[in-house]
Amino acid sequence: MNSETRTLTVGALTRVEGEGALHVTLTDGTVESVELNIYEPPRFFEAFLRGRAYTEPPDITARVCGICPVAYQVSACNAIEDACGVTLDHELAELRRLLYCGEWIHSHALHIYLLHAPDFLGYPDAISFAKDHREFFERGLALKKAGNRLMEQLGGRAIHPINVRLGGFYSVPRRNDLKPLAEQLRRALDDALFTVRSVAEFEFPAAESDHELLALTQPGRYAIENGTIRRSAGPAFPVAEFGDHVEELQVPHSTALHATLDGARYLTGPLARYSLNSAALSPIARQAAAEAGLGDECRNPFRSIVVRAVEVVYAIEEALRIIKEYKQPPRPFVDVPPRAGVGHGVSEAPRGLLYHRYEIGDDGLIRAATIVPPTAQNQAAIEYEMAQLVAGNLSQDDATLTSLCERSIRNHDPCISCSAHFLTLTVDRK
Amino acid sequence: MSPPTLAVWKFASCDGCQLTLLDCEDELLTIAGQVQIATFLEASSSIMGGPYDVSLVEGSITTAADERRIKEIREQSKVLVTIGACATAGGVQALRNFADVEEFVSVVYARPEYIDTLATSTPASAHVKVDYQLQGCPIDRGQLLDTLAALLVGRKPRLPAKTVCTECKLRGVTCVVVAEGIPCLGPVTHAGCGALCPSYHRGCYGCFGPAATPNTAALIPLLRRDRMSEGGVERVFSTFNVANFAAERNDP
Repeated sequence: MNSETRTLTVGALTRVEGEGALHVTLTDGTVESVELNIYEPPRFFEAFLRGRAYTEPPDITARVCGICPVAYQVSACNAIEDACGVTLDHELAELRRLLYCGEWIHSHALHIYLLHAPDFLGYPDAISFAKDHREFFERGLALKKAGNRLMEQLGGRAIHPINVRLGGFYSVPRRNDLKPLAEQLRRALDDALFTVRSVAEFEFPAAESDHELLALTQPGRYAIENGTIRRSAGPAFPVAEFGDHVEELQVPHSTALHATLDGARYLTGPLARYSLNSAALSPIARQAAAEAGLGDECRNPFRSIVVRAVEVVYAIEEALRIIKEYKQPPRPFVDVPPRAGVGHGVSEAPRGLLYHRYEIGDDGLIRAATIVPPTAQNQAAIEYEMAQLVAGNLSQDDATLTSLCERSIRNHDPCISCSAHFLTLTVDRK
Repeated sequence: MSPPTLAVWKFASCDGCQLTLLDCEDELLTIAGQVQIATFLEASSSIMGGPYDVSLVEGSITTAADERRIKEIREQSKVLVTIGACATAGGVQALRNFADVEEFVSVVYARPEYIDTLATSTPASAHVKVDYQLQGCPIDRGQLLDTLAALLVGRKPRLPAKTVCTECKLRGVTCVVVAEGIPCLGPVTHAGCGALCPSYHRGCYGCFGPAATPNTAALIPLLRRDRMSEGGVERVFSTFNVANFAAERNDP
């Protein structure tokens, strides 16, 4: 019997953070398998964290990812402070949220403008579309810069900030220090609203995902730097039970571990956050979302660029609110004396929920460490969406289908460095 | 005359050093006007073949395939610049060089047989000739811009072999060791960050790696005096530049 084989290949995915490939096999027009190959070489953080001092994970795990170091620092702090039974002073918790807002602004602006928008505008990269859409690109850079300046002021630098420690910060700003930053953020709010309006006009392929969604939630506000775990198709569960519900499995085609939620695929990240928490957005962000055509939920992954833009509006408003209410805390950090035990910590990295767990020994050294990054959690959902997309577009030629697959991956802003793996896209059609 | 070509390459790393290039918001379009960005996977889907005038290399060599790839990149590049602690020293993942990598694999992965990795994480310079190197975890944006500008006009990049301690004095920051007894690696750490940590009331933790001939023999008694434990002293030298500190320390 003759069977028809089609093969699409992308050896190295571009405009994603880290290195990966994709392999899709079609036999007689049926999708046989879709593999997101993460071939980023493993770096073994969970192994070499053992034997380190309990104070070190914030600095060490920041190095998992240069794009979202604050997410790693904060999830690590949350987990170790949990193990040691310490709660932050209100002002310090707000400052931590402020720093995290900077990371959301910078990381989302990077993805919207430099990695994702070229797909919608039909260019290979942002530098190329800047020639024809100069104002759009320059406002994007201004937005990104505002996020970076916030991180530089509070964290010392935007990549691997040096000012974060267990219990708070090494030093905290005076109220007056934050005035020029507020000025820059007020201008950035205009750029952010412009971004929502601009990306809302892009053309979005029809798609609807039915994954279970997982995101943090906080009473009365959009969860960023901490929260409790909420899901779309089951009861919420405490952070300490994360490991009972989320299981990491190893697959041969990836150096990233695939996570499942109670045995099934699920999605974390902007679409999950927005769909579970849109009611908690600020009035301006909610209005911007409504004007951009978003409902209470967003299930089309191609529209994630609009959701990211709305989240940038929210992060800027939150940053301005925190700065407005800011009073210099009496101490820069709360003491966190070591305590033997286990701690769990979560936060909403720009790409989704980031979980850390540490076991600390009597000697104050780490006994065991577990890190579950968002991209590992999303890998099964990303592969599923690609299979759906390929199945629904079989009449397209290979080049069109391949490009659609790549776009589908970028919808989730996968951070391959985080998940420890690299992607290459190959599609075999049999 | 066509503009010089620039290629950006990634090995085992966090992406932070190549991100530094995209973080040059004010200069990005100027740079793009002066050079042709030929290959930069993180930023562009357009990929040009070599040869390249300048290659920036991020990340360390940890697989057999990457050992081959760095040699190919060297052959294709007139000037090769390594950027960051991974590319210049093997990075934090070089902690495996002092441990049992098989055991590391088994801690992280249930099926170690699927994982292809070398027993060591090494800098590009262990495999090929490197023309210039920018230290730091991450590199400093100013140093990156100065290096690119220097290569464009054909002068040598300014990468002074000072220490963080010197930068700190030049900046007029109050010494955290003298004033507060905070342990600080400033006297043995390569300059480039602008003495960030002391300016935030924190001791330097050595993320730019060792300065030339680091006098750790003189520094370590001061770290101990300032209540850093024996284990703490070993750990502070065993982070992002572990392999280079191990090679260059002069304490017994």
